[in-house]
Amino acid sequence: MAQPAGPIMQFVHRRRRGAELFLLVLALAVGVGAYAAVGLGVKGEVPADIVSYGGWLAALIIAAHITVRMVAPYADPVLLPIVAALNGLGLAEIHRLDLALDHHFARQQLTWMTLGVALFVATLLILRDHRTLQRFTYTSGLAAIVLLLLPMAPGLGKTVNGARIWIHAGSLSFQPGEVAKVLLVVTFAGYLVLHRDALALAGRRVAMIDLPRGRDLGPILAMWVVSLGILVFQHDLGSSLLFFGLFLIMLYVATERAGWLLVGASLFVAGSYAVYLLIPHVRERFVLWSDVWAHYGAGTDDKGRQTVETMFGMAYGGLIGRGLGQGSPWRIPFAESDFIFGAIGEELGLTGAIAVILLYGLIVERAFRAALISRDDIGKLLATGLGGAVALQVFVVVGGVTHLIPLTGLTTPFLSYGGSSLVANWVIVAILLRISDSARRPPPDLSLPGTSDMDETQVVKM
Amino acid sequence: MNKPIRTVSIFCLLLFLALALNATYLQYYHANALNDRADNGRVATATFSRERGAIMVGRTAIAESVPSKDQYKFQRVYHEPFMYAPLTGWYTFGNETGLERTENRFLSGEDDSLFVNRLVDLVNGNATKGGNVRLTIDPAAQKAAYDGLRALGSDVQGAVVALEPSTGKILAMVSLPSFDPNKLADHDFKKASAYATRMSKLPSNPLLNRAVQTTLPPGSTFKVVTASAAIQSGKYTSTSQVPAGPAYTLPQSHSVVHNDVLSGCDSSKISLTQAMQFSCNTAFAPLAVQVGADGMHQQAEAFGFNQHYLDDLPTQAVSRYPAGLDPPGTALTGFGQGSVTATPLQMAMVTAGIANHGVVMKPYLVDAEQSPTSFETVRPGTSEQLSQATSSSTASEVTKMMVATVQSGTATPAAIPGVQVAGKTGTAQSGLKNPDGSEVPPYAWFVGFAPAQAPKVAVCVMLQHVDQPTDEIHGGTLGGPIAKAVMEAVLNPHG
Repeated sequence: MAQPAGPIMQFVHRRRRGAELFLLVLALAVGVGAYAAVGLGVKGEVPADIVSYGGWLAALIIAAHITVRMVAPYADPVLLPIVAALNGLGLAEIHRLDLALDHHFARQQLTWMTLGVALFVATLLILRDHRTLQRFTYTSGLAAIVLLLLPMAPGLGKTVNGARIWIHAGSLSFQPGEVAKVLLVVTFAGYLVLHRDALALAGRRVAMIDLPRGRDLGPILAMWVVSLGILVFQHDLGSSLLFFGLFLIMLYVATERAGWLLVGASLFVAGSYAVYLLIPHVRERFVLWSDVWAHYGAGTDDKGRQTVETMFGMAYGGLIGRGLGQGSPWRIPFAESDFIFGAIGEELGLTGAIAVILLYGLIVERAFRAALISRDDIGKLLATGLGGAVALQVFVVVGGVTHLIPLTGLTTPFLSYGGSSLVANWVIVAILLRISDSARRPPPDLSLPGTSDMDETQVVKM
Repeated sequence: MNKPIRTVSIFCLLLFLALALNATYLQYYHANALNDRADNGRVATATFSRERGAIMVGRTAIAESVPSKDQYKFQRVYHEPFMYAPLTGWYTFGNETGLERTENRFLSGEDDSLFVNRLVDLVNGNATKGGNVRLTIDPAAQKAAYDGLRALGSDVQGAVVALEPSTGKILAMVSLPSFDPNKLADHDFKKASAYATRMSKLPSNPLLNRAVQTTLPPGSTFKVVTASAAIQSGKYTSTSQVPAGPAYTLPQSHSVVHNDVLSGCDSSKISLTQAMQFSCNTAFAPLAVQVGADGMHQQAEAFGFNQHYLDDLPTQAVSRYPAGLDPPGTALTGFGQGSVTATPLQMAMVTAGIANHGVVMKPYLVDAEQSPTSFETVRPGTSEQLSQATSSSTASEVTKMMVATVQSGTATPAAIPGVQVAGKTGTAQSGLKNPDGSEVPPYAWFVGFAPAQAPKVAVCVMLQHVDQPTDEIHGGTLGGPIAKAVMEAVLNPHG
């Protein structure tokens, strides 16, 4: 990859921190406004704790903003506001379901958001250069595998809704897959940066497509096995799909060879078919999807209730929605976690649903933009991987919830109730901001002599 | 690496496009189909949680939705529940009866005529509110009928119907025993359904609207129909001499018919008016045979027998007069026994038809459907003719006979000082046996209208069961005063 011609021709990005602050105010207005609307919709009054709630949300957002201003001044100005808006909207909708179902998930979610922002700040402070992540290629790979195996450990793991993807320690529960997602992106990026040439250049050309060498198939086969393993042993269709898709995208970007996609897609189809035949859990999901109406209502096993109630809710929401607090999203089982998109679709209508989809699209777009302008390979791969992870995860969960594809369990990033997911996604945003900061930062001007650095190193006084 | 990144970004764009298109399909193109599904509990709940319109009598709501603290937001409340329950019915999740059912689309706000209101609500961000329904009921007449029935004892079973003869407006409709619709509309569905089960198991069947759902032999009140048929045939007038006597042997039979009254019928020939005054079975049985099975059947159908005519309440029972009866059967129907059965509403319509110069108006209960907020009439109730039952002259002949019956006959208890009242009593043999072998006491009927020359109200009182000795049960003594009170309530609105 060629560096741009020279400092004079170099396009210099502006910092745009003011724009970020302005957008953050809008995002805060979305979050606090939605919280107030929920109170008005359900109880007919603005919640009494609106000031403390809004204040806390504002404090978190301002803390994140100040950190960015200090340690990543050139970072993309749109990402943080989008994430703040989504998180605020998710909190409001969870609070709305709290009021209907009499639990207190929103308060816990706010605590998790606080932890997420703290880790966001910590990531930006500690990770001053994303390239250092390359050092942890194998460490994070090992950590990811350990995390993925933890739910299988007796005493720690717990099966929830058919999937063994939780670990429990005391009253704390944790979904390690969400964290593993970040670690795997780091591992893939580090590995591919080292081996991309071998993977890209060697091979045979068959029918216009460059196919890789057999011996280079190792890593993709390994990843395939890991994904299948997750599926077979943990029944976690969503994560399996996410990890494999993620790896495929990064492999393709690293090698620039469509042949890998062909290999990956064939492996995916073959694996899916085998799994469909062998694992009842997967087959059931597919059958549910192909005829959900046969699994809803009295006289059936009622396993399609979540999907059907989501579709009913979204249809009932129509174009402009019932209004926050005025729908019946509690009719969807687990609406606050995987199915929160259905609740938003019902209460904010098609307008709100499309807005949320667009916000996710923007996150992915900003991640890919950072990847495009990044000056180093590891940055490109990390940004593509993280952006692709968000895109795949949103597609798998929202598509599953809205009956576009078979339902698989994954959380909706930033919206769903769930600590591990929220914290992991805040870290993803921090890494993306770090990459975009280094990509947008003007390169150090080496052509002019006499910078203070040089002066001091040259003059050595005895 | 930028080229594959761009490719991947296009791939992701397609993913998001698919999500957006699918959401549009669900929430726009396919939304109505999903909303209309019968198994969509969300829409049913939302409809149940809507502020439903009120059912009004005059300016007073007898049923309205008031805000409630539970998830359904509004609770249906019935005022004067027992008096109006047979009309309003009740409204609960997934089920409604009475007016709540027949006027459901309007009360819930879903009627097409409320489209503009819904649109305005949508733009203003208000929740949809149902329209109000105003009834034709005259509250004073309703109360008079209700109090009159209740005065006969706590376990009375009966009904009162009052009509405005010229329009068919139902001015009063009472059925006892009644029930408390508030208990059935309770959002504690378990409690409500327990109450419903208890009510439906009671032998007195309080959930039945006896005014329109109970058909019984109308007894001597049916002589109004027999007399109409005879005069309409052109062979009789009110002064015609007809055979009578203390007993009449049915044709082709050994069964003998007697009279209920002690005197007035014993002469071998009396005037038709006298036969009416003293309710002579021995005169009307052969008269029906003279008119013939076809003539009687046609006359009965002209008054509304064998037909469905009440649209404002669900499940109106059809009053029966079978076609092609044999002579003894026809003779029995001549005084309202045998195979003729009628609802109180049907007998009120017969009376109102005579009062309205022979024209029977279709009975109706909804005076106006009004907009949710401004109470402007969106759709007025329509008065329409059901049939021309008799000629005007026949009607006036029958009226004369009924006036004489109130002036000096069996119907004197309904006389109102200073007002000419027309009336006819009836005491129908049930023909049924109790489980212990004793005979079920007779049913007491009374029909009448006033003022006789320019009728404003026609009434039918039916007493299916009164806790009194059998020989005390007479249409005149029990039903007459109630009919009188109802007529007075209509005639003296401020009295």
